[in-house]
Amino acid sequence: MSFFSYAWDWVTTSANWHGSDSIPQQILAHLGYCVLPLLIAALIAIPAGVVIGHTGRGAAFVVNVANSWRAIPTLGLLILLAVYLGFSVLTWLLPLVVLAIPPILINTYEGVAGVDPDVKDAARGMGMTSWKQVTRVELPIALPLVLVGLRTSAIFVVATATIAAYIGLGGLGRFIIDGLASNEYGPVAGGALLVVVLAVLVLALFAVLNRLVVPAGLRAQAKLGRTE
Amino acid sequence: MIWSWIPQNWSLIWQLTWENAKLGVLSALYGLIISLPLGIIAARWRWFYPPVLTVVNVIYAVPSLALWIALIPAFGLTDTTVIIGLTAFSLCVILPNVVAGLRAVPAPVRQAATAMGYGPTRRLVTVELPLAAPVIIGGLRVGVVSSISLASLGQLIGVSSLGYLFIDGLQRSFPTEIYVGLICVIVLAVVCDLVLLGVRRLLTPWQPRRQVALAQWPGLQRVALRRRAA
Amino acid sequence: MLTRSRTGGIAAIAAIALAAVAACSSSSSSSSSSPSASASSSSTSSNPLSQGGSSTSVVVGSANFPENELLATVYAQALQAKGIKVSTKLNIGAREVYYPQVEKGTISIIPEYNGTLLTVEVDKTSTAKTTAEVDAALAAKLPSSLQVLKSAPAQDSDSITVTQATANKYHLKSIADLKPYAANMALGAPPEFKTRSDGIAGLKATYGLTFKSFVPLDESGPLTLAALQDGKVQAADVFTTTPQIVTDKLVSLADPKFNFAAQNVIPLVYKPAMNATIINTLNAVDAKLTTEALLQMDNAVITEHASYSTVAAGFLQAEGLS
Repeated sequence: MSFFSYAWDWVTTSANWHGSDSIPQQILAHLGYCVLPLLIAALIAIPAGVVIGHTGRGAAFVVNVANSWRAIPTLGLLILLAVYLGFSVLTWLLPLVVLAIPPILINTYEGVAGVDPDVKDAARGMGMTSWKQVTRVELPIALPLVLVGLRTSAIFVVATATIAAYIGLGGLGRFIIDGLASNEYGPVAGGALLVVVLAVLVLALFAVLNRLVVPAGLRAQAKLGRTE
Repeated sequence: MIWSWIPQNWSLIWQLTWENAKLGVLSALYGLIISLPLGIIAARWRWFYPPVLTVVNVIYAVPSLALWIALIPAFGLTDTTVIIGLTAFSLCVILPNVVAGLRAVPAPVRQAATAMGYGPTRRLVTVELPLAAPVIIGGLRVGVVSSISLASLGQLIGVSSLGYLFIDGLQRSFPTEIYVGLICVIVLAVVCDLVLLGVRRLLTPWQPRRQVALAQWPGLQRVALRRRAA
Repeated sequence: MLTRSRTGGIAAIAAIALAAVAACSSSSSSSSSSPSASASSSSTSSNPLSQGGSSTSVVVGSANFPENELLATVYAQALQAKGIKVSTKLNIGAREVYYPQVEKGTISIIPEYNGTLLTVEVDKTSTAKTTAEVDAALAAKLPSSLQVLKSAPAQDSDSITVTQATANKYHLKSIADLKPYAANMALGAPPEFKTRSDGIAGLKATYGLTFKSFVPLDESGPLTLAALQDGKVQAADVFTTTPQIVTDKLVSLADPKFNFAAQNVIPLVYKPAMNATIINTLNAVDAKLTTEALLQMDNAVITEHASYSTVAAGFLQAEGLS
């Protein structure tokens, strides 16, 4: 039997949709674990990226972050906090926020700093204050990249929340970890499939957001294609 | 932090680091080997790239654990499963850089090579690839670093890696072991990154060092160039 | 144009890369033998033919919790002291994961617990409860490729455990006392407890208990203990040699109706990989393994964070087995 047949059989078993720890419950829990850290990370990283991109100070810091953030093993970070903080909200919230910040920060910086200097000059020449320059000119132009950063972060957080089940968290990872423990491939495959579906939905969501929020001209420019 | 634990368990730490390194480095290399021909085709035939990029984006969005699980029926709970999964992710990071690097070769340079009588293959190998090398190696660096870090997750499906130190450290509430695991993964990733940096410098001796720090990020490179112009 | 220095650079890198890839692929296809019996090589459950035990080399495996890893290390070191080539595959997973591997011979020896082995894998309907009954049932019912050696005096059983406060509040001494209160309690245990015959189903059948909810945790590790302390669960499956029972003053409820059978440490082995030396060595080790000794070793490894190999070596030396 293949991955898909195991996964499909398990997902279509109605018993798994009822009771405690059912599929809908874990999907909701998983979304909860993802949305909150993402919001917090965006609240921190977007302003920071804008400031660094606009003023140019601290750019070296961003480059260092860009080079090194992927080296941090997510499981290690989760477990380290679990050992120190026990199994509380902060144990999963802190690492997820920390891991969600770099892609947003890097891409926001890149977007703001990469605005055509002629355009920035024109804005300055028109007498715009820094604040107006940022909000009227730089941020709108940087929007495609900011969205790419948010999308990368969202994918990352979905994946890490899956692993967090190992330290006792609920969510879709629960099916995977419990199934691995009981050697039942059904929930393992089913959980994995649901996580993949969730990730693809996140991609689709951001594609829609891109269409809605970003002006057509900028969208064409940004189509050079970056996965992150 | 119990420092004496490190020399006492040196052979364990070394063995796990080696296994982790194998998983990470091999995956990135395989990713490069697949990305190069794909990227060359995508750079040349523009219609090929958008569908490939979409597939790449979707694969990249899949959490590594989920991808490994999908591979288990075919490959079991083995190194192979982990390497195939990590190769797919490295591919997602390296391929766009191959395409971006090749496309960034200035048209005049390509035309000059053609004018000098270079056929397309010779032009590719002796002109375009070397010029694209910094960006490609930049992508390879990201690929290696993320593969090494993700390889530690392999322990969740029983594949030996530095993740063992995290899991055993959790079970015994033993922070020292967890720190050692974290440090080993990060140091391993940094060492591989520096090695690749050295490789890039060897292969592109004409590049000034400072500028190339940003070259692995095509976007940041545009920023740097524009800065210089302004 | 390629300059000489760049050609040299490329050639050097290509040579190193090829050598590295060749070295990696050749070493990953052979099994590794680790004298200090620590890390695991890759699990090749899909290719049992590549790693069967020959008569002078064995693979010692362990489940994914510290005590089992400790016992595997003890066995591995004892065998090495007798000149047997040993490789280890530690931290594989729960029984449901490693049992098929022992059946196929990918693993030759694994430390087991006779009661749970019997009811989970060998004979789900077994009613054997005491050590002698369980050992006999195992000998009779194990598949032909498998064998158990002599069980050790040491026992590490599942137990339903509560905090001192909970025990005082409800006057709990045995699992039977839980009956009126279970409906308001959350039970925490390893994930496989949900489907095991002596797990949720067993508690219901033997004591008529139905808990309010089941929370999957870990193998009597920090997750379980923290959940008990924090009140996330009111009762949990804690293994009886867990050091924190003493240090955290937990109360393990008695099991008068034997929901959990006797759980002596016992080596589960793959018959074709065995010879007289191996069997005698392991039996000698188990003869000296008392519950007290096991508890002491667990304390060293879990609470004092000593390394598995040091503690194992200490035990073997003290008992004159190394």
